[in-house]
Amino acid sequence: MIDITLTPATFDVETVRADFPILSRKVRGRPLVYLDSANTTQKPEAVIRASDRFYRETNANIHRSTYRLSEEATTAYEGAREKVRRFLNAASTREVVFTRGTTEAINLLASSFGQAYVKAGDEVLITGMEHHSNIVPWQLLCERAGARLRVLPIDDRGELVLEELDALLTDRTRILGVVHVSNALGTVNPVKEIVARAHAKGVPVLVDAAQSLPHLGVDVADLGCDFLAFSGHKVYGPTGIGVLWGKEEWLEKLPPYQGGGDMIASVSFEKTTYAELPARLEAGTGNLAGGVALGTALDYVNAIGLARIAAHERALLAHATARLSEVPGLRIVGTAREKAGVVSFVLDDVHPHDVGTILDQEGICIRTGHHCAQPVMARYDLPATARASFGLYNTLEEVDALVDGLRKVREVFGA
Amino acid sequence: MTALTDLYQEVILDHNRSPRNFRAIEGATHSGLGHNPLCGDQLTLYVKVEDGTIREIGFQGKGCAISKASASLMTEAVKGKTLAEAEELFGRFHDLLTGPSDVPAEAKGFGKLAVFSGVREFPVRVKCATLAWHTLHSALAGGSPASTE
Repeated sequence: MIDITLTPATFDVETVRADFPILSRKVRGRPLVYLDSANTTQKPEAVIRASDRFYRETNANIHRSTYRLSEEATTAYEGAREKVRRFLNAASTREVVFTRGTTEAINLLASSFGQAYVKAGDEVLITGMEHHSNIVPWQLLCERAGARLRVLPIDDRGELVLEELDALLTDRTRILGVVHVSNALGTVNPVKEIVARAHAKGVPVLVDAAQSLPHLGVDVADLGCDFLAFSGHKVYGPTGIGVLWGKEEWLEKLPPYQGGGDMIASVSFEKTTYAELPARLEAGTGNLAGGVALGTALDYVNAIGLARIAAHERALLAHATARLSEVPGLRIVGTAREKAGVVSFVLDDVHPHDVGTILDQEGICIRTGHHCAQPVMARYDLPATARASFGLYNTLEEVDALVDGLRKVREVFGA
Repeated sequence: MTALTDLYQEVILDHNRSPRNFRAIEGATHSGLGHNPLCGDQLTLYVKVEDGTIREIGFQGKGCAISKASASLMTEAVKGKTLAEAEELFGRFHDLLTGPSDVPAEAKGFGKLAVFSGVREFPVRVKCATLAWHTLHSALAGGSPASTE
């Protein structure tokens, strides 16, 4: 097992795989080949144990009670917040707001930021590469406010058309939302440059880091962005926990998102005053065990080291790109120069859904469909693609199994 | 046969490659839109009904092999049937895909539609096989677009 109390560990994929109990199970009598980590990642033993241990040994509500158990729970949860802060290289834990995930983080921002700053006639800028979770919240806001949603287009390769960025950043643009790594295409966007150009026009930037943080890491100080969202379950942590990070000077200005317990200083029927950050933006009891286990997941990633993870996944991507190109009739969708471990593809006239069913018979899990990015599919005039995506536990042999499976698909369809 | 060859029988592959009645129908009395948000399948169905009988039927759209073949075979199966007969067939077809069944499908008078009995082993694909039928149902009822969600 990777010892998460020591860092750095050496990276050996078989050692890593042994940390993930699910990887030893069989599906339809075959070894599980899990190639869907962009969808959700599997969980290492350490994370499963952290969640289990919280409920067995520490469970109590936080910030509320004077007894020892509650103090321990509070320490564990707030300790996880500090781990997130360090992972993001953020200035303060006041900037780390726990949410249910990326989706809730963006909804929080669109709602609160929108209420304060987006008025009729204003514009919100996003890109053509966004996941639905970075489209729909802004769309809802624009409908409510009478604002206009504008979109930076993508080109045939799956890169943002940055030549059009400056023109789209107008004096009405209130915020820019951009995905760091596209879940549908694998493109790594030059977020630092985009932030600099937005800031030159006085526009704050939200980065959707759901797909980048687990594989490349993010450094909010270096990126220079104003807000950043990510999900625990994509970084080997539990579902139902995620983070909105925001610069303190911005978060201070946001009105509350939800009202309730834990976000107040005092309540009377005449007037409620709110708690300090980050509690002000965290109404109700959070996912305590999830937060603690997310902290453990970040420890796990740190123990292996993001540089090693990124190098391993780059090797998987290179191998997959080369091997998949050997499959007759296969076309990779998304050929950006900078890509993370995501390969979307279509196979002749075989619908991705049929590809998925046949691969499943071989124990191979890939995502098929529109990947919650229908505008991306529409951009390439595709109803759907098949997508293999990698995590730190995948092997070159699993990529080969995918290629063999695709040959089987062609056989079934008589191609 | 394995579950897989049971699912992708030659008849299904044939109707996927060369769907029958794959066209819009001039003077259609009914039409409907079907959508499966899970996989992005979309189909438009055109039906010409005269004296309570389906005289002509055609479809267009994009979809997986199962949904395309199902739409194609459905158009063949319901042409010439009364609306009541078509609805009744839909009900039995749905049971064939979702219900427990010990009786060989062929014995129950499904004709070519029996090839879809293999879909029962693939619950997530039932929606693909029934999309065209749901669309027919809503087109004939003149209701809102059919969705498998």
